[in-house]
Amino acid sequence: MTDQDFLDGNAAAGMLSEVFAADVTTAVGCCGNCGDESVVARGRVYLDEHGLVVRCSVCGDVLAVASERAGRLCLDLRGLAWLEFAVE
Amino acid sequence: MSSVWRVADVVATRMETPTARTIRLRIPGLHGHLAGQHVDIRLTAPDGYQAVRSYSIASGGGRGAIEPHDLPDDELELTVEELADGEVSPYLVRDLADGDQLEVRGPVGGWFVWRDGDTTPVQLIAGGSGVVPLMSMARAHAAAASPAPFRMLYSLRSPASGYYSDELSALAADTASPLQLDYVYTRQAPEGAPAPARLTAEGLMRRTIPASDSPTFFICGSTPFVEAVSGWLVDAGHEAARIRTERYGGIGGTP
Repeated sequence: MTDQDFLDGNAAAGMLSEVFAADVTTAVGCCGNCGDESVVARGRVYLDEHGLVVRCSVCGDVLAVASERAGRLCLDLRGLAWLEFAVE
Repeated sequence: MSSVWRVADVVATRMETPTARTIRLRIPGLHGHLAGQHVDIRLTAPDGYQAVRSYSIASGGGRGAIEPHDLPDDELELTVEELADGEVSPYLVRDLADGDQLEVRGPVGGWFVWRDGDTTPVQLIAGGSGVVPLMSMARAHAAAASPAPFRMLYSLRSPASGYYSDELSALAADTASPLQLDYVYTRQAPEGAPAPARLTAEGLMRRTIPASDSPTFFICGSTPFVEAVSGWLVDAGHEAARIRTERYGGIGGTP
Protein backbone atom coordinates (compact mmCIF):
# COMPACT_ATOMS: atom_id res chain seq x y z
CA MET A 1 0.00 0.00 0.00
CA THR A 2 1.30 3.44 -0.91
CA ASP A 3 0.34 6.93 0.21
CA GLN A 4 -1.82 7.22 -2.91
CA ASP A 5 -3.96 4.17 -2.16
CA PHE A 6 -6.74 5.96 -0.36
CA LEU A 7 -10.23 7.06 -1.27
CA ASP A 8 -12.52 9.73 0.16
CA GLY A 9 -14.80 9.08 3.10
CA ASN A 10 -17.61 8.86 0.53
CA ALA A 11 -16.38 5.36 -0.23
CA ALA A 12 -17.48 4.19 3.22
CA ALA A 13 -21.12 5.12 2.59
CA GLY A 14 -22.25 1.71 1.37
CA MET A 15 -20.78 -0.43 4.12
CA LEU A 16 -21.82 1.96 6.88
CA SER A 17 -25.36 2.11 5.47
CA GLU A 18 -25.65 -1.46 6.73
CA VAL A 19 -25.75 -0.26 10.33
CA PHE A 20 -26.66 3.45 10.38
CA ALA A 21 -30.10 4.76 9.46
CA ALA A 22 -28.60 8.13 8.50
CA ASP A 23 -25.84 8.83 5.97
CA VAL A 24 -22.62 8.68 7.99
CA THR A 25 -20.51 10.36 5.32
CA THR A 26 -22.23 13.71 5.92
CA ALA A 27 -21.95 13.39 9.72
CA VAL A 28 -19.30 15.59 11.37
CA GLY A 29 -16.71 13.68 13.34
CA CYS A 30 -14.10 14.91 15.79
CA CYS A 31 -10.68 13.28 15.62
CA GLY A 32 -9.80 11.94 19.06
CA ASN A 33 -6.12 12.63 18.41
CA CYS A 34 -5.86 16.10 16.87
CA GLY A 35 -9.36 17.46 17.48
CA ASP A 36 -10.04 18.26 13.83
CA GLU A 37 -13.77 18.47 13.13
CA SER A 38 -14.89 17.61 9.62
CA VAL A 39 -17.45 15.57 7.72
CA VAL A 40 -16.63 11.88 7.43
CA ALA A 41 -16.60 12.28 3.63
CA ARG A 42 -13.39 14.30 3.99
CA GLY A 43 -11.60 11.48 5.78
CA ARG A 44 -9.24 9.13 3.99
CA VAL A 45 -10.58 5.65 3.39
CA TYR A 46 -8.31 2.64 2.93
CA LEU A 47 -10.04 -0.48 1.64
CA ASP A 48 -9.07 -4.11 1.66
CA GLU A 49 -10.97 -7.36 1.25
CA HIS A 50 -11.97 -7.40 4.93
CA GLY A 51 -13.35 -3.90 5.20
CA LEU A 52 -12.14 -0.35 5.56
CA VAL A 53 -10.16 2.05 7.70
CA VAL A 54 -11.04 5.76 7.91
CA ARG A 55 -8.14 8.06 8.80
CA CYS A 56 -8.13 11.73 9.76
CA SER A 57 -7.16 13.87 6.73
CA VAL A 58 -5.22 16.21 9.01
CA CYS A 59 -3.16 14.01 11.37
CA GLY A 60 -3.58 10.59 9.74
CA ASP A 61 -4.75 8.87 12.92
CA VAL A 62 -7.30 6.06 12.63
CA LEU A 63 -10.86 7.34 13.18
CA ALA A 64 -12.83 4.19 12.46
CA VAL A 65 -12.38 0.60 11.35
CA ALA A 66 -15.17 -1.46 9.83
CA SER A 67 -14.68 -5.11 8.98
CA GLU A 68 -17.13 -7.62 7.63
CA ARG A 69 -16.80 -11.36 8.05
CA ALA A 70 -19.17 -14.30 8.08
CA GLY A 71 -22.25 -12.12 8.03
CA ARG A 72 -21.09 -9.89 10.92
CA LEU A 73 -19.99 -6.25 10.66
CA CYS A 74 -17.60 -5.09 13.39
CA LEU A 75 -17.19 -1.36 13.93
CA ASP A 76 -14.34 0.20 15.95
CA LEU A 77 -14.92 3.93 16.54
CA ARG A 78 -12.26 4.54 19.19
CA GLY A 79 -10.52 7.22 17.13
CA LEU A 80 -13.57 9.46 17.10
CA ALA A 81 -14.28 11.72 20.08
CA TRP A 82 -17.80 12.18 18.75
CA LEU A 83 -19.99 11.99 15.64
CA GLU A 84 -22.72 14.54 14.97
CA PHE A 85 -25.61 13.82 12.61
CA ALA A 86 -28.19 16.09 11.03
CA VAL A 87 -31.65 15.03 12.22
CA GLU A 88 -35.09 15.99 10.96
CA MET B 1 -28.16 -11.52 4.79
CA SER B 2 -28.51 -7.83 5.47
CA SER B 3 -31.63 -6.07 4.32
CA VAL B 4 -29.86 -3.20 2.58
CA TRP B 5 -28.98 -5.37 -0.44
CA ARG B 6 -31.59 -5.44 -3.16
CA VAL B 7 -31.82 -7.43 -6.36
CA ALA B 8 -31.80 -5.21 -9.45
CA ASP B 9 -32.78 -6.20 -12.99
CA VAL B 10 -30.60 -5.23 -15.92
CA VAL B 11 -33.00 -3.42 -18.26
CA ALA B 12 -30.62 -2.27 -21.01
CA THR B 13 -26.95 -1.69 -21.73
CA ARG B 14 -24.89 0.41 -24.14
CA MET B 15 -21.15 0.64 -24.85
CA GLU B 16 -19.83 4.19 -24.37
CA THR B 17 -16.29 3.38 -25.55
CA PRO B 18 -14.62 0.04 -26.43
CA THR B 19 -13.99 -0.51 -22.69
CA ALA B 20 -16.86 1.28 -20.93
CA ARG B 21 -20.47 0.26 -20.69
CA THR B 22 -23.58 1.99 -19.43
CA ILE B 23 -25.94 -0.34 -17.58
CA ARG B 24 -29.54 0.56 -16.81
CA LEU B 25 -30.88 -1.09 -13.65
CA ARG B 26 -34.40 -1.35 -12.29
CA ILE B 27 -34.28 -1.49 -8.50
CA PRO B 28 -37.55 -2.45 -6.83
CA GLY B 29 -38.49 0.17 -4.21
CA LEU B 30 -36.08 2.81 -5.51
CA HIS B 31 -37.46 6.34 -5.45
CA GLY B 32 -34.97 8.35 -7.47
CA HIS B 33 -31.48 9.33 -6.39
CA LEU B 34 -29.31 12.41 -5.90
CA ALA B 35 -26.91 13.49 -8.66
CA GLY B 36 -23.42 12.23 -7.76
CA GLN B 37 -24.39 9.27 -5.56
CA HIS B 38 -23.02 5.77 -6.03
CA VAL B 39 -24.17 2.21 -5.56
CA ASP B 40 -22.28 -0.87 -4.42
CA ILE B 41 -22.55 -4.02 -6.52
CA ARG B 42 -21.94 -7.48 -5.07
CA LEU B 43 -21.09 -10.51 -7.16
CA THR B 44 -21.12 -13.99 -5.65
CA ALA B 45 -19.14 -16.84 -7.21
CA PRO B 46 -20.51 -20.42 -7.23
CA ASP B 47 -18.16 -21.25 -4.32
CA GLY B 48 -19.59 -18.42 -2.23
CA TYR B 49 -16.73 -15.95 -2.72
CA GLN B 50 -18.08 -12.41 -2.84
CA ALA B 51 -16.69 -9.21 -4.31
CA VAL B 52 -18.16 -5.75 -3.71
CA ARG B 53 -17.34 -2.67 -5.77
CA SER B 54 -18.66 0.89 -5.84
CA TYR B 55 -19.89 2.45 -9.09
CA SER B 56 -21.02 6.00 -9.66
CA ILE B 57 -24.48 6.69 -10.98
CA ALA B 58 -24.42 8.34 -14.40
CA SER B 59 -28.09 9.20 -14.77
CA GLY B 60 -29.41 12.37 -13.21
CA GLY B 61 -32.74 14.06 -12.77
CA GLY B 62 -34.59 11.14 -14.32
CA ARG B 63 -32.48 11.30 -17.47
CA GLY B 64 -30.05 8.72 -18.81
CA ALA B 65 -28.02 7.91 -21.91
CA ILE B 66 -29.97 4.91 -23.14
CA GLU B 67 -33.23 5.33 -25.11
CA PRO B 68 -35.76 6.16 -23.85
CA HIS B 69 -33.87 8.96 -22.12
CA ASP B 70 -36.54 9.60 -19.49
CA LEU B 71 -36.09 7.21 -16.59
CA PRO B 72 -38.82 6.14 -14.17
CA ASP B 73 -38.14 6.63 -10.44
CA ASP B 74 -37.09 3.02 -9.90
CA GLU B 75 -34.37 3.01 -12.57
CA LEU B 76 -30.87 4.41 -12.79
CA GLU B 77 -27.81 4.02 -14.98
CA LEU B 78 -24.19 3.30 -14.13
CA THR B 79 -21.22 3.55 -16.45
CA VAL B 80 -18.50 0.99 -15.71
CA GLU B 81 -14.93 1.13 -17.06
CA GLU B 82 -13.33 -2.27 -17.56
CA LEU B 83 -10.14 -2.77 -15.56
CA ALA B 84 -7.85 -5.34 -17.16
CA ASP B 85 -7.05 -6.94 -13.81
CA GLY B 86 -10.45 -6.32 -12.25
CA GLU B 87 -12.58 -8.93 -10.51
CA VAL B 88 -15.94 -7.30 -11.15
CA SER B 89 -15.72 -4.80 -14.00
CA PRO B 90 -14.83 -7.30 -16.80
CA TYR B 91 -17.99 -9.24 -15.96
CA LEU B 92 -20.13 -6.09 -15.94
CA VAL B 93 -18.67 -4.77 -19.20
CA ARG B 94 -18.34 -8.02 -21.17
CA ASP B 95 -20.69 -10.70 -19.83
CA LEU B 96 -23.70 -9.10 -18.18
CA ALA B 97 -26.84 -9.35 -20.36
CA ASP B 98 -30.29 -7.76 -20.42
CA GLY B 99 -32.55 -9.62 -17.99
CA ASP B 100 -29.69 -10.60 -15.67
CA GLN B 101 -29.90 -9.68 -12.01
CA LEU B 102 -27.36 -7.95 -9.75
CA GLU B 103 -27.20 -7.40 -6.00
CA VAL B 104 -27.14 -3.67 -5.29
CA ARG B 105 -26.64 -1.61 -2.13
CA GLY B 106 -27.66 2.05 -2.26
CA PRO B 107 -27.82 4.62 -3.78
CA VAL B 108 -25.61 5.99 -1.00
CA GLY B 109 -23.65 9.13 -0.19
CA GLY B 110 -24.94 12.58 0.67
CA TRP B 111 -21.69 14.54 0.35
CA PHE B 112 -20.49 14.33 -3.24
CA VAL B 113 -23.91 15.37 -4.56
CA TRP B 114 -25.43 18.34 -6.34
CA ARG B 115 -28.98 19.40 -5.45
CA ASP B 116 -30.97 21.18 -8.13
CA GLY B 117 -32.11 23.98 -5.81
CA ASP B 118 -28.53 25.17 -5.39
CA THR B 119 -27.80 28.20 -7.59
CA THR B 120 -24.09 28.55 -6.65
CA PRO B 121 -21.72 28.41 -9.66
CA VAL B 122 -20.42 24.85 -10.09
CA GLN B 123 -17.14 23.69 -11.62
CA LEU B 124 -16.96 20.00 -12.45
CA ILE B 125 -13.49 18.51 -13.04
CA ALA B 126 -13.21 14.97 -14.41
CA GLY B 127 -10.18 12.77 -14.89
CA GLY B 128 -10.98 9.87 -17.25
CA SER B 129 -13.86 7.72 -16.01
CA GLY B 130 -14.29 10.20 -13.15
CA VAL B 131 -16.70 11.94 -15.48
CA VAL B 132 -19.51 9.56 -14.49
CA PRO B 133 -20.88 11.21 -11.30
CA LEU B 134 -20.24 14.64 -12.84
CA MET B 135 -22.37 13.65 -15.84
CA SER B 136 -25.13 12.80 -13.39
CA MET B 137 -24.88 16.38 -12.07
CA ALA B 138 -24.78 17.89 -15.58
CA ARG B 139 -27.88 15.91 -16.55
CA ALA B 140 -29.71 16.93 -13.38
CA HIS B 141 -28.73 20.54 -14.03
CA ALA B 142 -30.17 20.43 -17.56
CA ALA B 143 -33.29 18.51 -16.52
CA ALA B 144 -34.04 21.13 -13.86
CA ALA B 145 -33.25 24.01 -16.27
CA SER B 146 -31.16 25.25 -13.35
CA PRO B 147 -29.93 28.87 -13.43
CA ALA B 148 -26.68 27.83 -11.65
CA PRO B 149 -23.63 28.50 -13.88
CA PHE B 150 -22.15 25.06 -14.68
CA ARG B 151 -18.76 24.39 -16.21
CA MET B 152 -17.03 21.06 -16.83
CA LEU B 153 -13.35 20.38 -17.43
CA TYR B 154 -12.87 16.85 -18.75
CA SER B 155 -9.32 15.50 -18.89
CA LEU B 156 -9.01 12.36 -21.01
CA ARG B 157 -6.45 10.38 -22.99
CA SER B 158 -7.95 10.69 -26.46
CA PRO B 159 -11.22 11.60 -28.22
CA ALA B 160 -12.04 7.88 -28.51
CA SER B 161 -11.87 7.39 -24.74
CA GLY B 162 -14.50 10.08 -24.08
CA TYR B 163 -17.83 9.11 -22.56
CA TYR B 164 -21.13 10.76 -23.57
CA SER B 165 -19.49 12.91 -26.28
CA ASP B 166 -22.65 13.68 -28.28
CA GLU B 167 -24.74 14.35 -25.20
CA LEU B 168 -22.08 16.61 -23.71
CA SER B 169 -22.05 18.62 -26.96
CA ALA B 170 -25.83 18.89 -26.73
CA LEU B 171 -25.66 20.05 -23.10
CA ALA B 172 -23.06 22.64 -24.10
CA ALA B 173 -25.44 23.94 -26.80
CA ASP B 174 -28.48 24.02 -24.48
CA THR B 175 -29.76 27.60 -24.45
CA ALA B 176 -31.90 27.34 -21.30
CA SER B 177 -29.26 25.90 -19.01
CA PRO B 178 -25.90 25.66 -20.76
CA LEU B 179 -22.91 23.60 -19.64
CA GLN B 180 -19.62 25.31 -20.45
CA LEU B 181 -17.41 22.45 -21.60
CA ASP B 182 -13.61 22.24 -21.84
CA TYR B 183 -11.62 19.17 -22.84
CA VAL B 184 -7.97 18.47 -22.06
CA TYR B 185 -6.42 15.63 -24.10
CA THR B 186 -3.40 14.01 -22.50
CA ARG B 187 -2.23 11.46 -25.13
CA GLN B 188 -3.94 12.14 -28.43
CA ALA B 189 -5.86 15.26 -29.40
CA PRO B 190 -8.43 15.67 -32.18
CA GLU B 191 -7.38 17.42 -35.39
CA GLY B 192 -7.16 21.16 -35.03
CA ALA B 193 -6.92 21.01 -31.24
CA PRO B 194 -3.76 21.91 -29.30
CA ALA B 195 -1.16 19.15 -28.96
CA PRO B 196 -1.92 16.63 -26.20
CA ALA B 197 -0.45 17.48 -22.81
CA ARG B 198 -1.08 16.78 -19.17
CA LEU B 199 -3.17 19.26 -17.26
CA THR B 200 -1.08 21.91 -15.53
CA ALA B 201 -1.93 24.44 -12.83
CA GLU B 202 -1.92 27.20 -15.42
CA GLY B 203 -4.09 25.20 -17.84
CA LEU B 204 -6.49 24.44 -15.03
CA MET B 205 -6.91 28.13 -14.16
CA ARG B 206 -7.60 29.05 -17.79
CA ARG B 207 -10.44 26.53 -17.99
CA THR B 208 -12.20 26.90 -14.66
CA ILE B 209 -14.48 29.39 -12.91
CA PRO B 210 -12.31 32.00 -11.12
CA ALA B 211 -12.07 32.26 -7.32
CA SER B 212 -13.79 35.68 -7.51
CA ASP B 213 -17.03 33.84 -8.44
CA SER B 214 -16.73 31.47 -5.43
CA PRO B 215 -17.63 28.26 -7.29
CA THR B 216 -18.27 24.90 -5.68
CA PHE B 217 -15.95 22.24 -7.11
CA PHE B 218 -16.72 18.59 -7.69
CA ILE B 219 -13.56 16.70 -8.69
CA CYS B 220 -13.55 13.01 -9.57
CA GLY B 221 -10.67 10.95 -10.90
CA SER B 222 -7.72 8.87 -9.81
CA THR B 223 -6.15 9.77 -6.48
CA PRO B 224 -3.06 11.48 -8.02
CA PHE B 225 -5.31 13.50 -10.36
CA VAL B 226 -7.60 14.62 -7.53
CA GLU B 227 -4.63 15.46 -5.28
CA ALA B 228 -2.92 17.57 -7.96
CA VAL B 229 -6.05 19.43 -9.03
CA SER B 230 -7.35 20.20 -5.55
CA GLY B 231 -3.88 21.38 -4.47
CA TRP B 232 -3.64 23.78 -7.45
CA LEU B 233 -7.09 25.17 -6.70
CA VAL B 234 -6.23 25.91 -3.08
CA ASP B 235 -2.95 27.50 -4.22
CA ALA B 236 -4.97 29.72 -6.57
CA GLY B 237 -7.07 31.03 -3.72
CA HIS B 238 -10.10 28.75 -3.83
CA GLU B 239 -11.54 27.85 -0.43
CA ALA B 240 -10.83 24.24 0.52
CA ALA B 241 -14.33 24.06 2.04
CA ARG B 242 -15.83 24.52 -1.44
CA ILE B 243 -13.87 21.65 -2.97
CA ARG B 244 -15.53 18.22 -2.87
CA THR B 245 -13.65 15.23 -4.14
CA GLU B 246 -14.24 11.62 -5.05
CA ARG B 247 -11.23 9.45 -5.72
CA TYR B 248 -11.80 6.19 -7.50
CA GLY B 249 -9.74 3.06 -7.28
CA GLY B 250 -9.50 0.86 -4.22
CA ILE B 251 -9.15 -2.85 -4.30
CA GLY B 252 -10.15 -3.15 -7.95
CA GLY B 253 -7.11 -1.18 -9.08
CA THR B 254 -7.00 2.24 -10.68
CA PRO B 255 -8.45 2.79 -14.16
